[in-house]
Amino acid sequence: MLDDTDRRILRQTQADPDAPHVTLADRAGVTPATFARRLSAMERAGVVQGREAQIDWAALGYTVEVSLRITLDKTAPLAFETFLNAARQIPEVLELQTFVGSVDARISLVARDLAHYQVLYRDHILRLPHIDDIEALMHVARIKDTQALAL
Amino acid sequence: MTPDATDLTLLCALRVDASRSTADLARETGLSQPAVWRRIQALRDAGVLKGSRLRLDRDKLGFGVTVFLGVKLATKGRISLEDFERAVVAIPEVQTVEHVLGPYDYRLRVTARDLADFERVLRRRIMSLPGAGQVEANVLLSEERLPGPL
Repeated sequence: MLDDTDRRILRQTQADPDAPHVTLADRAGVTPATFARRLSAMERAGVVQGREAQIDWAALGYTVEVSLRITLDKTAPLAFETFLNAARQIPEVLELQTFVGSVDARISLVARDLAHYQVLYRDHILRLPHIDDIEALMHVARIKDTQALAL
Repeated sequence: MTPDATDLTLLCALRVDASRSTADLARETGLSQPAVWRRIQALRDAGVLKGSRLRLDRDKLGFGVTVFLGVKLATKGRISLEDFERAVVAIPEVQTVEHVLGPYDYRLRVTARDLADFERVLRRRIMSLPGAGQVEANVLLSEERLPGPL
């Protein structure tokens, strides 16, 4: 469906999403008109879903970031659904994922400081339904964060 | 900085769609266009609003498998951390690398075309990383991003 030109356009755009289209067209080696036409075709096809601003939670005062790896009690009916529905209600949760593997789900959350994290953990996380086991990974540094695909 | 309610509305809107015009945001917040522009500029200057990210449909682009890896280093020390980090960021299939505290030292997000492609990345690139020890893999089934405490 996509040809090499489309891929070049996507590669350049995902590498620098905020750059002006004229610059990106130039980097992809196409005219601005081709760039605009191809990009909007890819948007219509749903390949490109949009552009989202990234927020630096630390700059907003959320200095603690924790990744909770959760094993669920799968013998409970609808364990995943009930767990996810409840986890979605916690405002500090940024990401929710489910997996096949040794871990069933993961919650990524932010807290203002360790005291705030402790409150969240005790009053919200530990009260989530069907949890069998929790393992916490405390975020230290982000070494790479592109989410770019190897197109 | 401490953003007020209007700043939070702007952040919420831009987090969903970073391409929204100031005119559009002015209508939503009831501010003037220059006021919206000034607020966005202030959020950028404070480092709250970072660059944006292109949202792509991974499946439509043929990347059907996303795996989260927990990697424990076999040998620790400053040198091995640096060597590991330098090598891991160079792998194109590795989207995110986080240094963490806990049962693992690093958390990686890897996107591959299919399981065979993932196996190739795992064997040839990840397992051969300098200092890499135990690796745990969890294949992503579903994912959702939430607005967070805005």
